[in-house]
Amino acid sequence: MATDSKPLLELEGVRLTFGKEEVLKGVDLHIAPRERLIVLGQSGGGKSTLLRLILGILKPSGGSVRFKGLEVGRMGRRRLNKMRQKIGMVFQNSALVSSLNVRDNLALPLEELTDKPRNEIDDLIMHKLEMVGMQDARDKMPAELSGGMRKRIALARGIIMDPELILYDEPSAGLDPVTSTLIDQLIISLSEKIGATSIVVTHEMDSAFRIATRMAMLYKGRIIAEDKPEAFRHHSNPVVAQFISGNTEGPLNEDLPENRT
Amino acid sequence: MIDLFPAVRSALQHVSSIAWLLIYTVQEMGDHMLRRRRLPFRPSIFFEQADRTGVGSVPLVALVSFFLGLTMALLTGHVLAPYGQETLVPAAVAIGFTRELGPLITGIMVAARVGAAFTAELGTMVVAEEVEAIEAMGLGPLRLLVSPRVLAAFLLMPCLSVVSNMMALSGGALISRWAFDIPMQGFWQSSLENLFIRDIVAGVLKSFLFGLLIGLIACYKGLTVRGGAAGVGTATTSSVVTAITTVIGFDTVFNIVLVALFPD
Repeated sequence: MATDSKPLLELEGVRLTFGKEEVLKGVDLHIAPRERLIVLGQSGGGKSTLLRLILGILKPSGGSVRFKGLEVGRMGRRRLNKMRQKIGMVFQNSALVSSLNVRDNLALPLEELTDKPRNEIDDLIMHKLEMVGMQDARDKMPAELSGGMRKRIALARGIIMDPELILYDEPSAGLDPVTSTLIDQLIISLSEKIGATSIVVTHEMDSAFRIATRMAMLYKGRIIAEDKPEAFRHHSNPVVAQFISGNTEGPLNEDLPENRT
Repeated sequence: MIDLFPAVRSALQHVSSIAWLLIYTVQEMGDHMLRRRRLPFRPSIFFEQADRTGVGSVPLVALVSFFLGLTMALLTGHVLAPYGQETLVPAAVAIGFTRELGPLITGIMVAARVGAAFTAELGTMVVAEEVEAIEAMGLGPLRLLVSPRVLAAFLLMPCLSVVSNMMALSGGALISRWAFDIPMQGFWQSSLENLFIRDIVAGVLKSFLFGLLIGLIACYKGLTVRGGAAGVGTATTSSVVTAITTVIGFDTVFNIVLVALFPD
């Protein structure tokens, strides 16, 4: 079982407050190498925040985030940047640098952080673009690409440094069902081909079940359930059950704005 | 009574944040140069920013300075003419512009033209999560985005001030020839005779300082944008207003210090 091996990432009692609002109230998660963990949760529930904590962009108010045994919150900028080279992040809005073409977007980390010669960089870029089926877009500007294409380029950029961990923030948000399935298949094939661990944050159930080897549900700042995808389909926790079924009746309704008093 | 405390506290917070922005940017640049033994950013990025900041601003700075120099010479001449002192016009324009108006006017124009562009550009990148993506890749957004912009503003401001001074003197010389019968050659000669090295050094030092301030304020305002498109608009306005106010404020302080240290 994957969870038997030493965890790549450990989150223990992670808390985060923005002003008076406590977004995360003690998140515990252990992520083993090569697994694809789906983090489910409501919109605005702190899922994306969790990814930013892993990357060290945000510092936790309490608890610890450890990547390969090292405390992320205590790393200086230099060590943080070194760690970030081992983590690929695919942003919800792709977040490609709009002033650079596709080639230069992918070349940016390679040119800045490695001593590889130009021809080697170009070969590597072509290889990654082929992996996501976008080799024809090499010289295009991000604005010339559709949402799905941009997402695929963002995927290629996420794996350009051969990361050990890839973080996906809502990878299929705003895409049509076919493109969404395509992106899901890419996530699976990339994790298998490069052997990377993946954490995918989403609230789209079809995608979640397609990708996951394990699932976790974030609710009210805590992980309330953590299990295999099959177990999630018929979960006993009423919050999880309602979230999976999309039923309008259940405990999640208490959190809807119109039901708050 | 108006409670000034929150406003003062917020202003001080901004000042310290801008100081930290400068410190962290220099640190990131130094780190990259020492560890990777490379320039902190690609020269092409710097030249692109320098072209936009410097070369792109030349027409505006030249035109405004030419007319300001012309107006200054005309008005000074009219005041001095009844006393038969219109020969002092070249000295007034030369000293006035080299030491004071050249850097100040250039600073105001660069803040409005270049500072606004820096803020809007970086602000849009923040909104589109581009800056966060650069940070997530471990690239150092300050080194990559802030340093070429600030350095371009810092290095190109003195050059633009020189353009401003030259154009103001040209405008002054032209009008003086027509209105006060001062020959062009005589105007230049008199300007040079009345200028001290101190005036020129003061003008150049001020320009460097203004360039640094405008670049830092613009980048700080851009990187701290919150709230989408409207936030970018607000930050851009705030960037221009803050930069112009700061430039004028520092100009005053600079002049007081200079007069106090070198009274003659």
